[in-house]
Amino acid sequence: MRILETQQVSKIFGGVVAVNKVDFNVEQGLVNGLIGPNGAGKTTLFNQITGMDVPTSGKIIFDGRDITGLPAWKISRYGIARTFQNIRLYCDLTVVENVMMGLHFKVGAEPFRGRFVQAVKSYFNARSENRELYEKALSWLEFFNLEGLKDEFARNLPYGNQRELEIARAMASGPKIIFLDEPAAGMNPAETEHLMGIINRIREHGVTVVLIEHDMKLVMNICDNITVLSFGQKIAEGTPEQIRTNPEVIEAYLGKEDD
Amino acid sequence: MATLVQYLQYLLNGITLGSIYALIALGYTMVYGILKFINFAHGDILMVGAYTGLLTYTALLGDSTNPVWMLTAFFIAMLVSMAFCAALGMFIERVAYKPLRSANRLAPLLSAIGVSFILSNGAAWIFGAQSRRFPYPFDDTPIVIAGLSITPHQILTIVVSVVMMVVLTLFVNRTRMGKAMRATSLDQSTSELMGIDVNRIISMTFAIGSALAAVGGILCSFDFRVYASMGTMTGLKAFVAAVIGGIGNIQGAMIGGLLLGVLESIGAPLLGIPSALRDTIAFAALIIILLVRPEGILGKNEREKV
Repeated sequence: MRILETQQVSKIFGGVVAVNKVDFNVEQGLVNGLIGPNGAGKTTLFNQITGMDVPTSGKIIFDGRDITGLPAWKISRYGIARTFQNIRLYCDLTVVENVMMGLHFKVGAEPFRGRFVQAVKSYFNARSENRELYEKALSWLEFFNLEGLKDEFARNLPYGNQRELEIARAMASGPKIIFLDEPAAGMNPAETEHLMGIINRIREHGVTVVLIEHDMKLVMNICDNITVLSFGQKIAEGTPEQIRTNPEVIEAYLGKEDD
Repeated sequence: MATLVQYLQYLLNGITLGSIYALIALGYTMVYGILKFINFAHGDILMVGAYTGLLTYTALLGDSTNPVWMLTAFFIAMLVSMAFCAALGMFIERVAYKPLRSANRLAPLLSAIGVSFILSNGAAWIFGAQSRRFPYPFDDTPIVIAGLSITPHQILTIVVSVVMMVVLTLFVNRTRMGKAMRATSLDQSTSELMGIDVNRIISMTFAIGSALAAVGGILCSFDFRVYASMGTMTGLKAFVAAVIGGIGNIQGAMIGGLLLGVLESIGAPLLGIPSALRDTIAFAALIIILLVRPEGILGKNEREKV
């Protein structure tokens, strides 16, 4: 089942067509890979889907709902979480507090609805609510094997752990889809191995994954289906096996053989 | 040589003045905490608050001298003024600051100074240049206890300020909205990813800060009268208070405000300088704190900031 699709989405920056009429389909419950050479428009497409950027033309349908051009906060409320190439954490908060932040502003919960009643209620429940959130945050940290670092400030974490924490926080907010933008970038092989385990467990957890990645070993091992972009256009779509042998993809990555 | 009782009296006067500074300083500090921007029009909001309060109060009161109605009318006028200033603060943010949010940091600052001129000159144009007295909503005969005299308007000032600050602290620390606000002050773009409507939080911040300024404006007009440029000096001092307490930090603004009020009140007689020069104390305190502890008393304790 398709949980998200882009219909003929384009993005034009000045004279540059960064994304050109792309139909990108995300299947529910699977790990969907998005690959392509540098500058192919992968991150731009991510930005458009998650509301960081407004498409020049085209439509984005998520869960039967048109989310084209909505602000990022609203899209995240509908259940699309993402991580970034450059990590975005609350650096001055501890590891467990970062995850609590994700829990606190959970998908679906409306912090602004019925403001007064909510405020009064949440004031009287604050203590028990906090303890509950703390327990839940700890269980998420255990899920990611981060519980030993719970009281560390996020800024002091090693790079690989920061990545994992970012994913943990995104997962804690209860998304339907999680977008991972180059999660393995800068990781050593052991960390990548660990990350693969994490992505597998996210899938087992029933959350759809969309993955931008350059590490081909990771992509081919873990993705259920792969979409390939090149110069803003979709050039292929299929299983890892199909993509591996697709001549257009090989050409995009290695260049044309001239003879 | 002043006696102990006299110093206690100065202390009391200082706390009264300081609690007004604290209320106003909160607006500076909350906005700074979220936008890293000094809202120089904040002082003029308190002037608008004082005028709105004064006009509403006199209109409600009419010829009545019923003491219950006088006090009720005063509180109604205060609420009206808070609501009006909250709306004005949000409007100013929307029109003068929001379009400049991604611009150079100097641009919104200049815009704020422009708004400040528009407000104070607009008020001078509408209400004229002469100052008006804010009538006491009760008989303001001082109560004398053991040589210390405290006036009812001082009690009112302290009680109202304390209530406001307690409510604000509870709001910021305990409610979902308050938490969203603190999250936004820690990191705006990350908070947006968490599903927080950052624009709404910024509007709220301006509304709350401006409502508190309205209260501060009304309370300080008992002592300082109401006039178009009344916000300049009081606003500046509240800003100093926010810096002393550690700008961006809510508790800091409260402590800084009280400290500054007490310093001003006790400093002049203690140092033997004429009270006409007591404004210099505030600014001397600013220079000293900037030299000795530029982050302010509670600065760097970043986890509490908004």
